[in-house]
Amino acid sequence: MVRISLTVDGAKVSDDVEARTLLVQYLREKLGKTGTVIGCDTSNCGACTVHLNGTSVKSCNVLAVQADGAEVTTIEGLASNGQLHPVQEAFRECHGLQCGFCTPGMIMQSADLLKENPNPSEEEIRLGLEGNLCRCTGYHNIVKAVQHAAAAGGAQ
Amino acid sequence: MIPAAFDYLAPTTVEEAVAALARHGDDAKILAGGQSLLPVLRMRLNAPEVVIDLGRIESLRGVRDDGDAIVVGAMTPHSVVGKDPLVAEHAALVSRAVVHLADAQVRHRGTFGGALAHADPAGDLGAPALALGAQFVIAGPSGTRTVAADDFFVDLFETAVGEDEILTEVRLPKHTGWGAHYEKFVRVAHQWPIVAIAATVRTEGGVIAEARVGLTNMGSTPLRARAVEAALAGQPATDEAVRAAAAAAAEGTNPPTDLNGDADYRRHLATVLTRRAVLAAAGA
Amino acid sequence: MTALEDRPDVAQEIGRDRRRKEDARLITGRTRWTDNLTVPGMLHLAMVRSPFAHARITSIDTSAAAEATNVVAVITAADLGESQGACINAWPITPDQVAPVHLPMAVDRVAFAGEIVACVVARSAAEARDAAELVDVEYEELPAVVGLKEAIKDEVLAHPELGTNKSALWVFDSAAAGTGGDVEEAIATARESGVVIEREYRQQRLIPAFMEPRSVVVDPTGEQITIWSATQIPHILRFALAATTGVPESKIRVIAPDVGGGFGGKLQQTPEEMIAFAVARHLDKPVKYTETRSESLVSAHHGRDQIQKLTLAATKDGQVTGLKVELLADLGAYVAIVGGGVPVLGAFMFNAIYKFPAYHFACQTVLTNTTWTDAYRGAGRPEATFAIERLMSELAEELGVDPLEIRERNWIKHDEFPFTTVAGLEYDTGNYELATAKAKEMFGYDELRAEQQRRREAGDTVQLGIGISTFTEMCGLAPSRVLGSLDYGAGGWEHASVRMLATGKVEVVTGASAHGQGHETAFSQIVADRLGVPFEDVEVLHGDTQIAHKGLDTYGSRSLVVGGEALVKATDKVIEKARPVAAHLLEASVEDLEFSAGRFSVKGTDAGISVQELATAVFAAHNLPDGMEPSLDADATYDPINFNYPHGTHLCAMEVDTETGAVSMRKYVCVDDIGNVINPLIVSGQVHGGLVQGIAQALWEEAVYDDAGTLVSGTFTDYLLPTAADTISFEIDHTTTPSITNTLGTKGVGEAGTIASTPAVVNAIVDAVRHLGVDDITMPCTPQRVWRAIQEGGRA
Repeated sequence: MVRISLTVDGAKVSDDVEARTLLVQYLREKLGKTGTVIGCDTSNCGACTVHLNGTSVKSCNVLAVQADGAEVTTIEGLASNGQLHPVQEAFRECHGLQCGFCTPGMIMQSADLLKENPNPSEEEIRLGLEGNLCRCTGYHNIVKAVQHAAAAGGAQ
Repeated sequence: MIPAAFDYLAPTTVEEAVAALARHGDDAKILAGGQSLLPVLRMRLNAPEVVIDLGRIESLRGVRDDGDAIVVGAMTPHSVVGKDPLVAEHAALVSRAVVHLADAQVRHRGTFGGALAHADPAGDLGAPALALGAQFVIAGPSGTRTVAADDFFVDLFETAVGEDEILTEVRLPKHTGWGAHYEKFVRVAHQWPIVAIAATVRTEGGVIAEARVGLTNMGSTPLRARAVEAALAGQPATDEAVRAAAAAAAEGTNPPTDLNGDADYRRHLATVLTRRAVLAAAGA
Repeated sequence: MTALEDRPDVAQEIGRDRRRKEDARLITGRTRWTDNLTVPGMLHLAMVRSPFAHARITSIDTSAAAEATNVVAVITAADLGESQGACINAWPITPDQVAPVHLPMAVDRVAFAGEIVACVVARSAAEARDAAELVDVEYEELPAVVGLKEAIKDEVLAHPELGTNKSALWVFDSAAAGTGGDVEEAIATARESGVVIEREYRQQRLIPAFMEPRSVVVDPTGEQITIWSATQIPHILRFALAATTGVPESKIRVIAPDVGGGFGGKLQQTPEEMIAFAVARHLDKPVKYTETRSESLVSAHHGRDQIQKLTLAATKDGQVTGLKVELLADLGAYVAIVGGGVPVLGAFMFNAIYKFPAYHFACQTVLTNTTWTDAYRGAGRPEATFAIERLMSELAEELGVDPLEIRERNWIKHDEFPFTTVAGLEYDTGNYELATAKAKEMFGYDELRAEQQRRREAGDTVQLGIGISTFTEMCGLAPSRVLGSLDYGAGGWEHASVRMLATGKVEVVTGASAHGQGHETAFSQIVADRLGVPFEDVEVLHGDTQIAHKGLDTYGSRSLVVGGEALVKATDKVIEKARPVAAHLLEASVEDLEFSAGRFSVKGTDAGISVQELATAVFAAHNLPDGMEPSLDADATYDPINFNYPHGTHLCAMEVDTETGAVSMRKYVCVDDIGNVINPLIVSGQVHGGLVQGIAQALWEEAVYDDAGTLVSGTFTDYLLPTAADTISFEIDHTTTPSITNTLGTKGVGEAGTIASTPAVVNAIVDAVRHLGVDDITMPCTPQRVWRAIQEGGRA
């Protein structure tokens, strides 16, 4: 067991974990942050995307011990003071989700994308989401949602 | 989805890491960014007893100017390399390739040295490093040594880095003013390249003075297309001349056959993509 | 049947782009996926799966695994005996269908790589997986049969005890059925004086690849056994579990909480669910099993996998005179719940929107040592649509006629509906002319044809092609009598309840079980309109057999057209129940009341009372008419009288790099006619997503086996799903020709995009390189295949 201490969605947490524990498992199983989900085992799907020290990562591809001392934001911590993040708003407004399973990762990656590039072209949005798979939407409305969020100042 | 159990070490200096490696030898696996290693562990294709995480060694991060070379610390994330102005100015080929590597999330975690040391023949950094004549600085029990790119890639997933050694930095000889292009051929964006061509050229008044061409996924290691390079030297940067030179792109290659294409098709792709990459690098 | 004219005048919710009710929880991570659930004392399962496609199990040594840390049990088929039940084959398409017994856990032989041979139960999922590695299974490998053309030879048998790989031969012949003429005559005539197009097309094997891996939790404690499962079919699953394990249906509660996509892939009674059910009962402990993606790709059912031998007869002026279809369909190792019948769903669709006089369809289903196949979005209909839409374009080419023109010469004209097809279906409505004209204009058809011509003449490296697909489909599964006539094991009705609560809010229960379709929103709109209550006051409940006690779940584009109609009927019953109460309270006669916008009012006066106020009055029950029960609830079960037939015209422009074979989509326009639309935003999402799944069949996806029966494309690294970077934004629109088979005038939309888009894309690619001698490219149209086709100047 390894002792880790980190900040998740603004709360300080500290636990003993097995070294092999993936960050996503730590979030889901130990902290009950089940908003972040697991969609594959090869890191292709991006459903587990969270922010680690301010940038997007696939939490299935990070060990919990590697996140010791870090700040993690999940889909559950993206809204602040009861206000949805502009990307969350935009996904609802533009119908950028259907079953919603890819949505946590898609939203977290979109938020990261807009932080790096507040006014992306359609092509830049599409390339910026290449690490996230969706099987329902055909991506059309996801792209629209990111455009909508950009126009609404989503790069916060 | 869950790796087999292992012990975890997180040294904070290269010396500690080398010592840990000496202690655990074959039983240990080095964890750099983990973007290739963790999927392998999750699928239980490998089950090391000890994982040595280099992530806490600050000295392995960063990009610096060292006179005739740009030096990239092995643990510098791809996303940092991709945005680095020194790399863009003096080793543009690396900038062009690294922004297409995997996806944004992987580029945030994955590291320059980790990807090169992993030596996947379909990895996007081997061909540019080879084309630029990179030098690899390797630390081991008896100090550090430097290996030239030509000697670094040994075989499939095998490099000159010994079992008791760690890749610490990569020196990219300055190619200031050289045009560069990385032509990557995939069926879907999140795929490893079926074939990719790394080309960088120095032109003088519309004539290609020097060219360096690296091939991705055309054999068990990244390859240099030396015949193409030789044929390009002194040629005008025209479609016709480059086409003729690029016809030799598949010479001496041994590309794989898989679901995405057979060896013959890859050889064909190499010639087409080499022409396109060189022309793009030459700004033609 | 209620006629269209009977709809309430006020239609403020229907047709509105309501943002979805579902989204609030999904965009904030407040979700209830099955894998999120934990039950006190819950144990975790890990499956031991066969690495071999066909082998005899000679021994299973569980001793090392049993002794591993925190392992509670290691279970084999021998431990479970009959309690493991069996997976059902609900659609035996012929009386003599050959079907192997399918036990969830193999006893002495495995028939596909990935079949479960043992199960480890431990206190954590990690420890279960650790111990699963210690289970020592010895196999004696048997020859495996992979691929339809090998299997049909019956040289190597997938199940030696059956004596053959041939499962069932199902035939429809228009002459025999009395729906048309003799196809052999039509072909013979065409050989003499017309044209005959003969082709063999391959529908490659696909994997539904829903984003949420399957997961199941079974809690046997308490009076009932509760199962949470990532399933499309909680009701059917409950029935199937009861029917095959002997546990009474009343003792089983199935809950499908948030379910992350299905596309037919979660329309199954899975071995994993059965094993979890049996193990939980065996140990009397709650258990959970969640598959990895790699397990999912190898064990969740696959789709498509047909070889289509096609003969199309036509006159020289392009009138189709007959179509003969000979199919081979790969069932995989076992006959899945409706897998045996999937090709039959396509049998009625090969004639599509065309009115030719003779048709023959024969399908031979075949067993192989591969993962079982079953419904995948469209199920039989995409295969049929692909075949006919490819053939129509080939016919156009053969005759030198524009491919839109050839279709128009053959399609059913809008004034010819209702139209009984050569396959025996009655199409109620449609307007192919209108949809096609609109699509053609949006697409800029003539301009793109001109550009194509220019590029051909210039010999550009990148050539342009235009592909067409004028599709229809049968959806709204299904009239129970029709299902009965096809030997399907269940009916096709749907159930709904509408309950007025004391505060005037409305609780709606549907037997359709959503997994991304937006039922909570669309059904709220229907009830809000019909009942005249605010959208926000309607709550839709589904996916729990204890709440929705009756239902047949969600697949086959049925939820709105069947489930929605049940909802309309239940809502109307509530209104009729409320009417005498309103009359009583308003001291008026029932005949003097009119109901509009949620309010009963006395004709010619201001006196009135809302249905929500009536709900409170009925709850109090202080002053009801004599003999009136104090309830404003109603149930309705609706059995459709017919399928319905959405259609549309899809136009696709593809660019082909002739040097590399790479293809890229330039433009995609579709005009679908799905009748009246409840929520245009949701419909657009269904279309976009459907399109990409169909496009993905044309370009990227294929489940590939090696000769030994190993799934080579067994991870998302090799089974290529497209990303945002591989797709484009679509231009979609619709025409509105209401269906007359349901009150709302709606047609199904869930599968339309998938059915239509695949042939549009392939037609476009072939069109781009036709002048280079290419007349077909096998799907998926990989760069290598396209390049080779160009090199060889023919088929690849």
